[in-house]
Amino acid sequence: MVPLSAYVAVSAVLFITGLLGVLIRRNFIIVLMAVEIMLNAANINLVAFSYYLESMAGQLVALFVIAIAAGEAAVGLAIIIVVFRGKISTNVDEMNLLKW
Amino acid sequence: MIPVFFAYFAVISIVAGFLTVALKHPVHCAISLLVLLLHVSGFFILLNAEFIWAVQVIVYVGAILVLYLFVLMLLNLKTDERYLHNTYLYFLVPTVLGSIYVLALLFKSPYGGAKGDAPASVVLEGGDTYAVGMKMFSDYLLQFEIVGIFLLGAIIGAIVLAKTPKPLE
Repeated sequence: MVPLSAYVAVSAVLFITGLLGVLIRRNFIIVLMAVEIMLNAANINLVAFSYYLESMAGQLVALFVIAIAAGEAAVGLAIIIVVFRGKISTNVDEMNLLKW
Repeated sequence: MIPVFFAYFAVISIVAGFLTVALKHPVHCAISLLVLLLHVSGFFILLNAEFIWAVQVIVYVGAILVLYLFVLMLLNLKTDERYLHNTYLYFLVPTVLGSIYVLALLFKSPYGGAKGDAPASVVLEGGDTYAVGMKMFSDYLLQFEIVGIFLLGAIIGAIVLAKTPKPLE
């Protein structure tokens, strides 16, 4: 029997990996992939707690998280295409048009 | 047998997550993200959540990751020499130290709580898909509709954003 803390630990390690990816990578697409890693870590947590606390609510929220991730990927990649068309770069440091 | 599979999925998904962040070429990152997503879906099988497993494989691996790969092919990116920020050590060191502390705290906590109304025997009786469906279309109907509207908005937004702009007359 795997304890709940093992699932929580794996999820925490994955979440921190994703957070590091968001912070240190310079390519916009990789930053979005790191956000997907973080969402997956949250999903592991939700489903593990749903199993160990014997409630369906966690699995339903995990489904909603997957739906939100699909929308986020679609809009994020559309933004990347627009930016790439204008400036020929996907470096997050060079996207500062909205900064004042 | 379950601890063996758990260890396998845990090790491979952590390594794949690390490679997704650390590899240089974006296509290699996408492939290791694929490995990560498939092994995370293995956790869901271990946790009696086979419907979430199917959704993970179909939506994440089949749709989202293919979308990422498609955009990578479309953009034809050049990989630059420097793919990390100059100051990444300022993030790396505190994150590693803080996460070791958080992990130590996580292993000490008891994780008690009120049990819900869906123990493993009830879920296994009609299958996970049945249990998720019964809950989704009774208690979570409003949230389900909201997610539907959200997805519609995301589709329209993505199409409007990515459309080739018309030249001005």
